[in-house]
Amino acid sequence: MRIEISNLYFTYPTGVEALRGISLTIELGEQVAIVGQNGSGKTTLVKHLNGLLRPTSGEVRIGEWDTQEHSVAKLARRVGYVFQNPDEQLFSKNVGMEVAFGPKNLGYNSEQVQGQVKDALAMTELSDKTETNPYDLSPTWRKMVALASIISMDTDIVIFDEPTTGQDAVNVARIANVIKALRERGKTVITITHDIDFCAENFERVIALSQGKVLLDGKANEVLGQEEILATTYVDPPQLTRLGKRLGFKETVRNPEEFLAALKK
Amino acid sequence: MAIVNLQNVTYKYPLTDSPALQNINLQVNEGEFVAVIGPNGAGKSTLCYTIAGFVPHFFKGAITGTVEVAGNESSKSSLHEWVLNVGLAFQNPFNQISGAKYTVYEEIAFGLENIGVPRDEMITRVEDALKLTGISDLADRSPYSLSGGQQQRVALTSILVMQPKVLVLDEPTSQMDPIGTREVFGVIRTMAEKGMTVILVEHKVEWIAQFADRVIALHEGQILLEGKPQEVLTSDLLREKDFGISRYTSTARKAQEMGLWKKDILPVTLDEAVEGFAPTTSTGSVHRLLSPEGRGKK
Repeated sequence: MRIEISNLYFTYPTGVEALRGISLTIELGEQVAIVGQNGSGKTTLVKHLNGLLRPTSGEVRIGEWDTQEHSVAKLARRVGYVFQNPDEQLFSKNVGMEVAFGPKNLGYNSEQVQGQVKDALAMTELSDKTETNPYDLSPTWRKMVALASIISMDTDIVIFDEPTTGQDAVNVARIANVIKALRERGKTVITITHDIDFCAENFERVIALSQGKVLLDGKANEVLGQEEILATTYVDPPQLTRLGKRLGFKETVRNPEEFLAALKK
Repeated sequence: MAIVNLQNVTYKYPLTDSPALQNINLQVNEGEFVAVIGPNGAGKSTLCYTIAGFVPHFFKGAITGTVEVAGNESSKSSLHEWVLNVGLAFQNPFNQISGAKYTVYEEIAFGLENIGVPRDEMITRVEDALKLTGISDLADRSPYSLSGGQQQRVALTSILVMQPKVLVLDEPTSQMDPIGTREVFGVIRTMAEKGMTVILVEHKVEWIAQFADRVIALHEGQILLEGKPQEVLTSDLLREKDFGISRYTSTARKAQEMGLWKKDILPVTLDEAVEGFAPTTSTGSVHRLLSPEGRGKK
């Protein structure tokens, strides 16, 4: 299930031109982080992948489907989207029902629904909270419910919009585990994030957007090392990348292991 | 002199058994910039609500102890008197934006309209505030058409324009890009230097280390640690209690175990890390090459 975006332009009804000629391809099973300054078009871009927005011009294909020709409901079979704010997507009276809603709606039989729900709850460490009302949980756990309710749909492509915002260290680690589990299952994961250290530690490919265009797109080490270019879209390289640069390391390091290995040399 | 003074404050939300805040004693001086850290559920937002008067005036529940700001006691004041002294920016900017205004400019003016500020003064204050936080170019946009980070700047601006004595900020940069975060921290620091008292909840510890005067670590509703940023942020206790710590700190700690970090105190900021890791001679890696650990493992 390849994602193919060609020459995508999008202008909001207010006249704000949010995307200005984006072309990129994402293969099945890739883990991609999208970074860039506020208002650079990150959320606008990913909303094109499940049809919440349609191109003003250009084309977005999910597999062989052109998003112009398919409903949001149909695209939901291929693309799951976790909103930035969980409160915008939760409505059921308990966690179990919330997480079962998606796969039921996609028409899976009850056995499949049960299996997918169980799996999603285990992945998000919510198995002991199925009877709880999502709004009786802390915002941190509500975030995990939002993740589970999309993961249970078992789509090939999963999008997270700023998953670590307002999360503490423990929950950021939980979210990283979810992304790792999805990678092991061969899912495509696309994540918008400002948390550049989280990006460095969990993603192999990084796309930097600036003013509605692709500024950089490549392997995490290559993209995250480009301090001057990233600065134009208000992104700093990861902490350890900056530290490595300041210490004069030849290679770009992006996590503690790489840093310590380079330090020993 | 302490402008914020909490004495033995314990608070329970309605219908809950365990206190969200327990026996909090906190004094903050005028013009001081205090950062509050803690895992989710530690009571950080509740502390913000308490200082800002929302606890108990809005959330009800049971509070004991005293909360004083600028010599007034919270339990003896009304919320509309209280907000003239204390401004609160909520964690989620969606909750802050009034919904009653079509443009960012009007949104920023909303609070001033409500307290009857004369028109000319209102215009000057709104325009100054927009400039201060760098959103003059968003003035004519609808608050709802903005990205999350832009909305957070609007929320912050709508509080700054009120010129409160005490500014309480609950993760004001959580949705901002990194350089935007740095800019906003700079603005907050400037306000503190001009005499505004700042109480800031934040997960981004490397910024706290650079900008705050003091750090309070909250855990399960109680103050676990308080002190100078570097002391608190490098404490072993934080690691044990699941606090977020800077990559510089955690990596230097690992390096210390390997004998590659020689200083007694661990770094929180980039500069501190560079200083500690840099070889002692200016020509390069002599020091590291000669260290037994480095030689043994290579």
